Amino acid sequence: MSDQHGTRSYHLQVWRQARGASSGRMASYEVTGIDQNMSFLEMFDQLNETLLRKGEDPVAIDSDCREGICGTCGVCIDGRPHGPLPNITTCSLRMREFPDGSTIVVEPFRADAFPVLKDLIVDRSAFDRIVMKGGYISINAGSAPEANAAPVPKDAADAAMDSAACIGCGACVAACPNAAAALFASARVRYLSLLPQGQPERTARVMGMVEQMDAEGFGHCSNHGECEAACPKSISIENIAKMRREYLRASLRAG
Amino acid sequence: MNAPALREIDVKDDLDSRVPDGPIQTKWERHRFDMKLVNPANKRKYTIIVVGTGLAGGSAAASLGELGYNVLNFCTHDSPRRAHSVAAQGGINAAKNYTNDGDSIWRLFYDTIKGGDFRAREANVHRLAEMSVSIIDQCVAQGVPFAREYGGLLANRSFGGAQVSRTFYARGQTGQQLLLGAYGSLMRQVNAGRVKLFPRREMLDLVVVDGHARGIICRNLVDGKIERYAADAVVVATGGYSTAYFLSTNAVNSNATAIWRCHKRGAYFANPCFMQIHPTCIPQLGEGQSKLTLMSESLRNDGRIWVPTVPDDARIPRDIPEAERDYFLERIYPAFGNLVPRDVASRAAKRICDEGQGVGLTKRAVYLDFSDAIGRLGEATVRERYGNLFDMYHEITAENPYRTPMQIYPAPHYTMGGLWVDYNLMSTIPGLHVIGEANFSDHGANRLGASALMQGLCDGYFVLPYTIGNYLAGVAPGKIGTDHPAFAGAEGDVNRQVAKLLSMKGKRTARELHWQLGRVLWDQCGMERSGAGLLATIEKIRELRAEFWTNVRVEGSAEDLNQSLEYAGRVADYFELGELIALDALSRDESCGCHLRVEHQSPEGEPIRDDEDFAYVAAWEWKGEGARPGLHREKLVFDNVHLAVRNYK
Repeated sequence: MSDQHGTRSYHLQVWRQARGASSGRMASYEVTGIDQNMSFLEMFDQLNETLLRKGEDPVAIDSDCREGICGTCGVCIDGRPHGPLPNITTCSLRMREFPDGSTIVVEPFRADAFPVLKDLIVDRSAFDRIVMKGGYISINAGSAPEANAAPVPKDAADAAMDSAACIGCGACVAACPNAAAALFASARVRYLSLLPQGQPERTARVMGMVEQMDAEGFGHCSNHGECEAACPKSISIENIAKMRREYLRASLRAG
Repeated sequence: MNAPALREIDVKDDLDSRVPDGPIQTKWERHRFDMKLVNPANKRKYTIIVVGTGLAGGSAAASLGELGYNVLNFCTHDSPRRAHSVAAQGGINAAKNYTNDGDSIWRLFYDTIKGGDFRAREANVHRLAEMSVSIIDQCVAQGVPFAREYGGLLANRSFGGAQVSRTFYARGQTGQQLLLGAYGSLMRQVNAGRVKLFPRREMLDLVVVDGHARGIICRNLVDGKIERYAADAVVVATGGYSTAYFLSTNAVNSNATAIWRCHKRGAYFANPCFMQIHPTCIPQLGEGQSKLTLMSESLRNDGRIWVPTVPDDARIPRDIPEAERDYFLERIYPAFGNLVPRDVASRAAKRICDEGQGVGLTKRAVYLDFSDAIGRLGEATVRERYGNLFDMYHEITAENPYRTPMQIYPAPHYTMGGLWVDYNLMSTIPGLHVIGEANFSDHGANRLGASALMQGLCDGYFVLPYTIGNYLAGVAPGKIGTDHPAFAGAEGDVNRQVAKLLSMKGKRTARELHWQLGRVLWDQCGMERSGAGLLATIEKIRELRAEFWTNVRVEGSAEDLNQSLEYAGRVADYFELGELIALDALSRDESCGCHLRVEHQSPEGEPIRDDEDFAYVAAWEWKGEGARPGLHREKLVFDNVHLAVRNYK
C-alpha cells in the first residue's frame, strides 16, 4: 500500500520444457510495468497474458490458494526454493524484493523423484505414496471415542502442531543436495508419535514411510540442513533426528 | 415478479425435500432406521465416483471406502491435500458445551437458522447440529492437533459474535489440520485398494443414463486426454463459486465447472445469489492482482474502523485529528459498533467508499486502527492476540500495522447457494449427490463463522455414507459401462467445446473477460443490489459472454498440459452462472441475509425481509441455451424457530 507508483522491469530466465519426456532449455523474457506490490506469481500472470496476446504458449506454473497454505506453488528462484526470503512460499513473495532491472532465474523444483511435467510444474505424487504407507491413524468414521476421553498434554499437542504444519510443498527436497524427503516424512512421523492416538501404529508407520521414501528414489539425509532453511513453515530438522530414533526403535522391535 | 425478465419465467412449487415426519429431534434417527441398507457383502459390487477431495469430498471418499464400496476419487490438484478447505483459518463449531456456558444442540441449531436469516431448511440444520459433536470425536481420534488447555483437554473460543464458546481450532490453520485428517483417512483407503485416486483430473461433464447419474467425463490435465468413468452413483464435492467474481478469497483454481455442467444436465441450482462477502480482507493493491487475502474477523474485536471525513485526505492517518475521522460503524450502530455482523460491516464499508470517502491507492479501502487498543492494552498484548495476522499483513503490504492503521475492504468469500439437494443430499438427478459448499446446504442466506468446516465434514463422514446406501439399495450394480452411448454423447460435447475454445484465436484473453465479469457482478450483484441494476447487469453479462465466444484467445494444444485452456473453460461457465446469479437476485425481491435489495430497507438502511412472499428456496432449472430457466420453489416452514427480525442497532 505504498504510495510509490513506480513500476519495475525484469529480465527473466525461465525453464521451458514441453513435456516430461522432452528436453528443456532456459528461455529469456523481458517483463515491464511490474507493480512492486505484485506477488511473484502475479508477475508470471502478467508475463503469460503478454505471451498469450503474442500467440505464444504461456509458461506452465502451479499455484492455487496464493496465501501460503496449500503447498501447490513452488519454484527455484535464483537457485533457492521459494526465492530469497526465509520461511515463505513462492506465492507470498512480492516483487518489491527484486531491484528494478535485475535478472531473475526461475527453474522447477529439481529431484529425480519429482519429474517435470511441463515447464515449472513437477509431479510430487511420491509424497502421497509416502503418506499412504502409514502417515495416518487408522480410524473408521463412527468408531471414535468421546473427544475429551483421552487428554493430551498441552506441550505434546503444541509440539505435534509444530510438525503437523508442513504443507507438503517439496521445497525441502529441492533444497537438499541429496534430494532427500527426510524433512517431509519426519514431520508426519514425529507429529503422530507425540500423540497417544498415534501409539498403536508407531512401529509400522515409520517402517512403511521410510521404505517408501527409499522406493521413490529420494536420497538419504546427510545433515546439510538446507531443508530447514528452505521450509516455508519453519519445520525443524529435529524432526529428522526424531524419525531416526523412531526408525531405530522400530527396527529393534521388528528384530 | 414484475420485471420483464421475470414475466416469462415458469414457476412451480413442486420440489420434494423428502424431510422425514415427526419431531425435529428424532427425524434423523428415524430416517436412519427407515432407509434401505446395502448388504455388507454387496457393497464391493457398487462403484461410487466422488469428485473433489476437500473436507466434504475427502471425508466422503474415505468413509465410503471404509464401508467397503469401490470409490473413484477425482481432484484437479496434484494431491488431495491441497483442496481449498486447507485455507480456512478460524475454526469449527460443535455443540459440545465443554465450556459449560449454556450451549446445546438446540442452541447451535437455533443460531444457524437465525444467522441464515430464515432461509435454510430446519431439518437439515438440526441434523448438522446433532452431528457436530461426532465430528470433533472423529477428528481427535484421527490425531487432529486441536488447541488444548493445560489439563490436556480441548480448548474452545467464541467466534464470529457467538454468545457461547463452541469453536475448536488448531492455531490459525484449522482447515489445514482437518483436511490433513481426512486426507490421512483417504490415503489409508487408497493403500487398502478401496479408493482409487485420480489427481490432476477436471470433471467436464456428468453422464446421465435413463435419468440417473451414471458417470463423468474428465480431462486429464497432464496429457489432455478426455477420459470416461462409469459408476452406480456420483458425488460432487467441488466447493463454491466465489471465483465468478474474479477477485475473491478463494483459490485461483477453485471453479464452478463441475456443478455448472451438472446443472446443465438437469440438477437444479438453488439460491445462486446467496453469496457471502467477508469484511476484513486486504484490499486490492493493483490491477494485476489475482486474489484477495482474508484476515480473521477477530481483528474487529480490538480494531476501530474509520475513514477521514474529507474525501481524498492526503495526510498520513496518524496526522488526521479525531474530529476529522468518521468511525462510521460506531456512529451508525452504537450498540454493536465495530462488531456488527459480517454483512452489515461489509455493506457499510462499501457504501462509504462508493460515496468517495475510501482510502488507499484504489480508494476502495477503510482504516482498521489498533492505536487505541495498543494504548489500552500495550503492544505486547496486541501482538499476542493478533501477531500472526499483523505479520501476514506486513508481508503482503510492507506496512507495519502497529504503527499505521491497516487498510481493509470486503471480498467475496463463500457461496451459500449451490446445487439443490433433498434431505438425503441428492440433487434433482437421481444418483447425483452434492455435498459441502457445492450444495445449497444449511446456511440459508448467510453463514455463521466456523460453520463451513462443520458442514463439509458432517456431509462427508456422517450423512452421505448413510443416505447414498438408501439410493444404491434400489439400483442393480455395474449395469452401465463406459461403452454406453450416453458417454460418447457427453464426450462429444466436451470435445466440441475444447475445439471451439482453441479455434477462435481472438483478441481478448479469458482473464481480461473474467475480470470484466467480476467487476460487473461485484458492483451490481455483491452486497447491495437493485432491480434496475440487475436488469442492466443481465444484459451486460450477455454481451460479455457473446464477446467471449467470438473473440477469446486460447493458445497451445488440447493434447497437452494447457493451463490457458483449463482456465478458459471455467470462465465460459462463469458467464452462464453469472447471469443466473443476477436473475436469482432480481427475482428475490426482498432483502435477507447477505442479500440487500435497495428497494427493501428501512429509513436507517436496515434490510427488510419478506417472509410472506419469499420464505422459499429458489431452485433454477436449466432449459437450454438462451432459454429462460424455470423456477422451482421449495417452501420453507419454520415449526421450531420463530421468524424474527435481526436488529443490531
